[in-house]
Amino acid sequence: MNTKLLCRGSLVVLVVLTALYLVAPVFFVIPTSFNDSSFLEFPPKAFSTRWYEAYFQDPAWINATLNSLQIGVWVTILSVILGTAAALAMVRGRYPVKALVSGLVLAPVLVPYVIIGLAVYAVFLKIGLTQSILGFVLVHTALAVPFVVINVSAALVSFDERLEMAAMSLGANRVTTFLRITLPCIAPSVAAGALFAFITSFDEVVTSVFLAGPDVSTLPVQMWSGVRVQIDPTVAAVSTMLLLVTLALFASAGLVRLFRARRLAKVA
Amino acid sequence: MSSTVSARAPQQSSTTPGAGQTPAPGRRRPRILDGWGLLIVPLVVFLLVVFVAPLVTILSRSFTDPTTGLDNYRDFFSSPVYLDVLGNTFRISGLVTLVTLLLGFPYAYLMTLAPPFWRGVMLVAVLIPFWTSLLVRTFAWVLMLGDTGVVNQGLMSLGLIDEPLQLIRNQTGVLIGMVQVMLPYAVLPMFATMRQIDRRLVQAAEGLGARPISAFWRVYAPLTVPGVAASCLLVFISSIGFYVTPALLGGPKDMMIGELIVQQLSAVLRWGFASALAVILLVVTGVLLVLVSRIVNIGKFMGGER
Repeated sequence: MNTKLLCRGSLVVLVVLTALYLVAPVFFVIPTSFNDSSFLEFPPKAFSTRWYEAYFQDPAWINATLNSLQIGVWVTILSVILGTAAALAMVRGRYPVKALVSGLVLAPVLVPYVIIGLAVYAVFLKIGLTQSILGFVLVHTALAVPFVVINVSAALVSFDERLEMAAMSLGANRVTTFLRITLPCIAPSVAAGALFAFITSFDEVVTSVFLAGPDVSTLPVQMWSGVRVQIDPTVAAVSTMLLLVTLALFASAGLVRLFRARRLAKVA
Repeated sequence: MSSTVSARAPQQSSTTPGAGQTPAPGRRRPRILDGWGLLIVPLVVFLLVVFVAPLVTILSRSFTDPTTGLDNYRDFFSSPVYLDVLGNTFRISGLVTLVTLLLGFPYAYLMTLAPPFWRGVMLVAVLIPFWTSLLVRTFAWVLMLGDTGVVNQGLMSLGLIDEPLQLIRNQTGVLIGMVQVMLPYAVLPMFATMRQIDRRLVQAAEGLGARPISAFWRVYAPLTVPGVAASCLLVFISSIGFYVTPALLGGPKDMMIGELIVQQLSAVLRWGFASALAVILLVVTGVLLVLVSRIVNIGKFMGGER
């Protein structure tokens, strides 16, 4: 029994260390960003918000942020439309070479982003789509759409199609049935897919590094250049803000799920 | 959300897209394309234009730029410098996979044993890095692992070391950064596999006289093999295409193929050679993916993950 206890004990220690390793860098950035020194020492010797001021006063950072938000919104809209339609087709439809199409839809996540970046850059350079919002939107949508398809098709698979039959037997036409029965049922998964799509775009570095330039840049590209050669302490402030926004988004998504689950449990 | 999707997926694997679409032989298909099926068209057209066409372009470019023929490939396979980069790529990816397995397996295993509250805590610890920007985490490592970073300062003030360890701009740095990125991708599917396993089998083995350790290794561990193998392969595949983490945490000696592609393009504008590198990386990735798909339904593994 003692050996078993010892095993368990060392297992717990290992796991605690692993958990710290997973989480530490995420939270390390937050106190560091309030550093007064440009060497970003830890723990900070003096508290200061100067890197936050630097961010808000630099038009390059602000423009990059606005670009990223704009691109993210368009990517979300496009990939939700394309992805939801595709999920409906994949779960319910009949079309030729289905397995191949499924592979194609998943492929953008599986192919290394460096390759996609290079390939798209080669083409966009010729047709003048580098350094344009549209260029970023197109590429990011290709990267984001699989997450919408995965989320929505999982919801459609577990959706009870008899609900639709019931609606149609009560006189609703196909469109009404879809809009008033199916869509509300799969809405949480569509929303989850949309969230993933937005974050995929908002976080995307590799392909964006290829497409960006002095005229049009995105927030991750701006951060990338602030770390790549020499560390720009502003990146710490930007990182902290990004972290808080992402964590808040996911936490609220989690709370919504929890709330729904509670409500469903009550109904049942 | 990723956890529930990937955890729930195994029961649905037969119905998720990508599996079981081919109708049973002998059953006649009424129509090849129906109304629902048409909805796939916009996405397919979109991906053909934005994703497939560019890939085809670089494929052809790798054979035609600057001259038609296999020159770019010959350059690559005849130069020890470039082959070293390929070797680095495989070595680092292999090490990342190994360390990820060594840390991820116990983690996933303890998750199956932990009471619900602690399991939740462990899940959040995996999901937090999963959700946060890769760039933010890599940036944090750059700060933490430097000579004056918190890790070296901490070790020195504890008296464990006298002078700062070189933790960045070398292979150690790349490993620390990449394993942290890949761990969630390994833990979540391994956990999903492990919790399908009937623990009574282990109890039965122990009841029949097996020592707990041999019951674990001879009964439990073999049952985890498909899930673990698939996770490892996916970690390996993702690792070989990494760019950001090795570029920021690695040194010049640890260059991986992703960095070489960017370098060849941005520094020397060798389009054809960069394209050939991309094609090589793509082929390696593709071959490995086919291997994974033999073991597991990839769509299931990707379930809602970034």
